Amino acid sequence: MRELALNILDIVENSVKAEAKNVLISVVAEDNLLTIVIKDDGKGMDEEFLKNVTDPFTTTRTTRKVGMGIPLFKMAAEMAGGEFSITSTKGVGTTVTATFVLDHIDRVPLGDLAETMVTLLNDDFPTDYLLKVSVDGNEYEFDTKELREQLDGVPVNEPEILLFVKDMINENITHIGGAKI
Amino acid sequence: MKSIADIKAIRDKMQSEIILRDNSDSEAETRVVVGMATCGISAGARPVYNTLLDEVATRGLKNVKVTRSGCLGMCKLEPIVEVFVPGQEKVTYVEVNPEKAKQIIASHVVNGNVCQDYLIKE
Ligand SMILES: Nc1ncnc2c1ncn2[C@@H]1O[C@H](COP(=O)(O)OP(=O)(O)O)[C@@H](O)[C@H]1O
Ligand SMILES: [Mg+2]
Repeated sequence: MRELALNILDIVENSVKAEAKNVLISVVAEDNLLTIVIKDDGKGMDEEFLKNVTDPFTTTRTTRKVGMGIPLFKMAAEMAGGEFSITSTKGVGTTVTATFVLDHIDRVPLGDLAETMVTLLNDDFPTDYLLKVSVDGNEYEFDTKELREQLDGVPVNEPEILLFVKDMINENITHIGGAKI
Repeated sequence: MKSIADIKAIRDKMQSEIILRDNSDSEAETRVVVGMATCGISAGARPVYNTLLDEVATRGLKNVKVTRSGCLGMCKLEPIVEVFVPGQEKVTYVEVNPEKAKQIIASHVVNGNVCQDYLIKE
């Protein structure tokens, strides 16, 4: 993938499919290390399945035999001198953690997190997201629960609202220095 | 700096529009669905999705919903966009990019003309 924000979108789609109600997306850049954590409260995986999940031939899909999402994210981390881990508890949730050496020549740029968030925000999928971005200690948080509260029943899917949200996230991430990651 | 509190103005405008929409006996909504599995995402489905959203917003189209789905089963032909116009058969567009996405909104969704060039080639 050309952006880590695309990997994030793909990994969060797993959480949505696992019927997560809440997903935390944390992106922290500090001391030449980028740490991305995606934590959900979805249905989780059992130990046996989890052992094989970083292998591209593990999937519960029916349309295709290979699951590539997790292996691709793992590869992106390892290529950039970082590490990848996934923990999961059946019935509790799953946490995916990937680290990247920021100035590593093969580190993929973070890319457009705002577009990723706006793509995920959809009333067809009742998942809530908490995005936390921190760059050298400067933080920005976007909480879709707070957004839904402010919207007071107006569907989040309205394109006009999504465009506003996209601009808002972009402005704030740029403000804390996140655009250059 | 924009914040979530600024959404109030848009929300108030939307609330009145939505009441109007519910009261008018408007036809059912058109759905535009983008495949957003790993294959779609790596082929460029996210910018396609966002271009569709931009077009629907800037044209002020009211009965059009842009949404996403999982793998549509033809990974090599991603990004795939399916258009469901009420009362008509589903139309599947393949290898869509942002330019094609704009065209799909302009000719198919707005004017009812299917973009023949973007369909699956036999
Ligand atoms: N967050 C999660 N919660 C529960 N199961 C998951 C989660 N992430 C991945 N899985 C399981 O691991 C499999 C492999 O995931 P992935 O590599 O993204 O490929 P794919 O989504 O295409 O199957 C999924 O099919 C799913 O069964
Ligand atoms: Mg996946």
